[in-house]
Amino acid sequence: MPEGQFKEGIAGGRLSPDQYAENFSDLHPPLDHHEALVESDRCYFCYDAPCMNACPTSIDIPLFIRQISTGNPIGSAKTIFDQNILGGMCARVCPTETLCEEVCVREVAEGKPVQIGRLQRYATDVAMSENKQFYPRAEPTGKTVAVVGAGPAGLAAAHRLARHGHDVTILEARPKAGGLNEYGIAAYKSVDNFAQAEVDYVTAIGGIDIQNGKALGRDYQLSDLTRNYDAVFLSMGLGGVNALRADGEDAAGVTNAVEFIAELRQASDLSGLPVGRRVVVIGGGMTAIDAAVQSKLLGAEEVTICYRRGQEHMNASEFEQDLAAANGVTIRHWLQPKRVIADGGKVSAIELEYTALNGDKLTGTGETLTLVADQVFKAIGQSFVPSALNGSGASIDLEAGRIKVDAEGRTSLAKVWAGGDCIFGGDDLTVSAVAQGRDAAESINRALTLNGRA
Amino acid sequence: MADIRNNFVGIKSPNPFWLASAPPTDKAYNVIRAFKAGWGGVVWKTLGEEGPPVVNVNGPRYGAIWGADRRLLGLNNIELITDRDLQTNLREMKQVKMDWPGRALIASIMVPCVEESWKSILPLVEETGADGIELNFGCPHGMSERGMGAAVGQVPEYIEMVVRWCKQYTRMPVITKLTPNITDIRKPARAAHAGGTDAVSLINTINSITGVNLDSFAPEPTIDGKGSHGGYCGPAVKPIAMNMVAEIARDPETRGLPISGIGGITTWRDAAEFLALGAGNVQVCTAAMTYGFKIVQEMIAGLENWMDEKGHRSLDDIIGRATPNVTDWQYLNLNYVAKAHIDQDACIKCGRCHIACEDTSHQAITNVVNGVRHFEVIEAECVGCNLCVNVCPVENCITMEPLAAGVMDQRTGKPVSPVYANWTTHPNNPMAKVAAE
Repeated sequence: MPEGQFKEGIAGGRLSPDQYAENFSDLHPPLDHHEALVESDRCYFCYDAPCMNACPTSIDIPLFIRQISTGNPIGSAKTIFDQNILGGMCARVCPTETLCEEVCVREVAEGKPVQIGRLQRYATDVAMSENKQFYPRAEPTGKTVAVVGAGPAGLAAAHRLARHGHDVTILEARPKAGGLNEYGIAAYKSVDNFAQAEVDYVTAIGGIDIQNGKALGRDYQLSDLTRNYDAVFLSMGLGGVNALRADGEDAAGVTNAVEFIAELRQASDLSGLPVGRRVVVIGGGMTAIDAAVQSKLLGAEEVTICYRRGQEHMNASEFEQDLAAANGVTIRHWLQPKRVIADGGKVSAIELEYTALNGDKLTGTGETLTLVADQVFKAIGQSFVPSALNGSGASIDLEAGRIKVDAEGRTSLAKVWAGGDCIFGGDDLTVSAVAQGRDAAESINRALTLNGRA
Repeated sequence: MADIRNNFVGIKSPNPFWLASAPPTDKAYNVIRAFKAGWGGVVWKTLGEEGPPVVNVNGPRYGAIWGADRRLLGLNNIELITDRDLQTNLREMKQVKMDWPGRALIASIMVPCVEESWKSILPLVEETGADGIELNFGCPHGMSERGMGAAVGQVPEYIEMVVRWCKQYTRMPVITKLTPNITDIRKPARAAHAGGTDAVSLINTINSITGVNLDSFAPEPTIDGKGSHGGYCGPAVKPIAMNMVAEIARDPETRGLPISGIGGITTWRDAAEFLALGAGNVQVCTAAMTYGFKIVQEMIAGLENWMDEKGHRSLDDIIGRATPNVTDWQYLNLNYVAKAHIDQDACIKCGRCHIACEDTSHQAITNVVNGVRHFEVIEAECVGCNLCVNVCPVENCITMEPLAAGVMDQRTGKPVSPVYANWTTHPNNPMAKVAAE
């Protein structure tokens, strides 16, 4: 019987224990003190800096880098946290190559941007390792706010609301707080249980009560919240996964990529986590890359991402695509799933159809390709599940299947705000969720306190 | 191929790069390494009187300031003259000069301001075969408290007196090393000239405190909780040194007096600038102490390449070429008009030119044009101050472009005058001289 990598089917223990540890170590190791000083010296302290404008949370990047270079990492961390209380996680997971670092003038000048993300991690690591808390709570206002979902948007909102003196209750469906920081995101981007450490750091301000295992629509209704709290912030993310719409997709071995990623993040022993020998991932975004790369790192022999459009259309950044390629993942374009072929109820191959653009419309060419696969991951997007939300009482307006909000995060219902992936118009980034949570919290505060005055 | 052989007051060396009197020239071991690396000459670390040598502190001797990437910009020191026995130094000097006859070897000397002291040491030095002597009237720390070094250099009468003694008691060329810790460098230079010196060398180091330890509140370098001002050198002092060299070179009273240029010389370009301002050769220390002796190879090749490129055949073709262009402010042409110009292809849009101009100068650079981030000079506001050029991180991205005569200056609304006119005849000058009819 073939062993390890060549074991047929979906199996664990494909690698040696050391190999797992090495494969899932920090993707971008932290900068040490010297490296941080050298890198911070590269920043030009631009006026109206492009990096700052590219940051969804508008962190004053030139200032925080200057503070690192002058030996004030604590001050630097405060500059970051002032705008983004989850600056530690964003430093790890932000696609900086398409945000701040893409527009860094040194990227323009030399093709080598200042490593803003790693510098941000340096400063926030210093402050968090000292558990330096920067924000005292304002005098208690006596107002209460319910936050649905303890992901990036919910945590950011909760922290800002707590700062303003409100009492916050976060209702989280999962057993742990953190949302996608805890259950999504490739493991090598958030090592050493950082997501939980960050939740602890954020909630250390006080006045934030996280209740786990509380799912909206199952354990309580929105109307309960609007009745019992002064305001509600909805940040429950996306509960649904888009279907392949391919025949036979219910065969064993066809899995949602987000579930695989969550399982991997929660696994205490990666060798116990089974993965296919030949894996096909359908999709073109970050989730597809995370699932594919991690499959490879778990010891899959062949991993192929199939995306129905061209390279230039992929949502995954160039950096992420390169990361996949560097890890031995094959990315194939212009292929859409047609039929999952099963053998004894288990997936054995997937038939794909070549696609082409006819004007703006994507159509199958009729030509097909069959890839042998013992595991297929669906990573073609997630969707908002409105049933839990609108199960009772007045319903909230949606737009394109997600919650409709105004510029301040207000929904169509009084007393109810929303942010994060569940709203329409977002870009599914952690950092954007943080910005939305923060800004909605400010809006809630204004509403609860007559323009900020308690 | 350019000929960079140097003849400085009769002292010949294969190139104009000497090591200054300092730690790198304290003993034969270092000097031999320097000669092997290609240095044209050395000024041996300052000799003191016969007898028990001076002692140095046993803690930090140096302090520094740094630029980006911790590049050393300025160094200061509280080291004294050689702390080795006089006879040891003399013996080594003699041997080195014998072994390296083609390289210049100069003895730096500092003894008390007493005729007998100078009279007695000069024959000892002469006996080594040294090519010349340099009088250390510059050290600003330690020795100056004992009436030597800068304490002499700050009193022109003493300088003249000691130079006279030296000219009287030795046949060796005398180079008088000047301290910059003085208001007008021309005064000591004139005094040395009056005493009959063959040349001056400058600058010695500048009184300085490089830092303060914010835990102990002690100046750095710190010796057991205390600090003393040290002598500052390195790239940061180059502009000060160049001005002083030029002041002496263009002073009618000292015009033609050979100058050995010292102060922050790090590259061939620095050296060429000193030569152009009137130095007959240059002395280097901090750059060698920062990077090692090998830097002279860059200096030699760089100077030769530049001279070849420009058609300069020998050092005489370049020495003093910039001196006539150093003048007083009152003679600058007030009808000359230049405007900053930003090369949009080279611009990386950091915006520093804009904010420097907007916050601190003349509001003459845009930041947004038609809703797009764009940095462009507003000629109607630009006074041509050059600040934007200096803060721009990209070389030659912003340049100062002179306006041709007759072209409208949008700031003043007047055409640029073709006539040279300076402050001495300007109507706003209450002291203006009436132009001669």
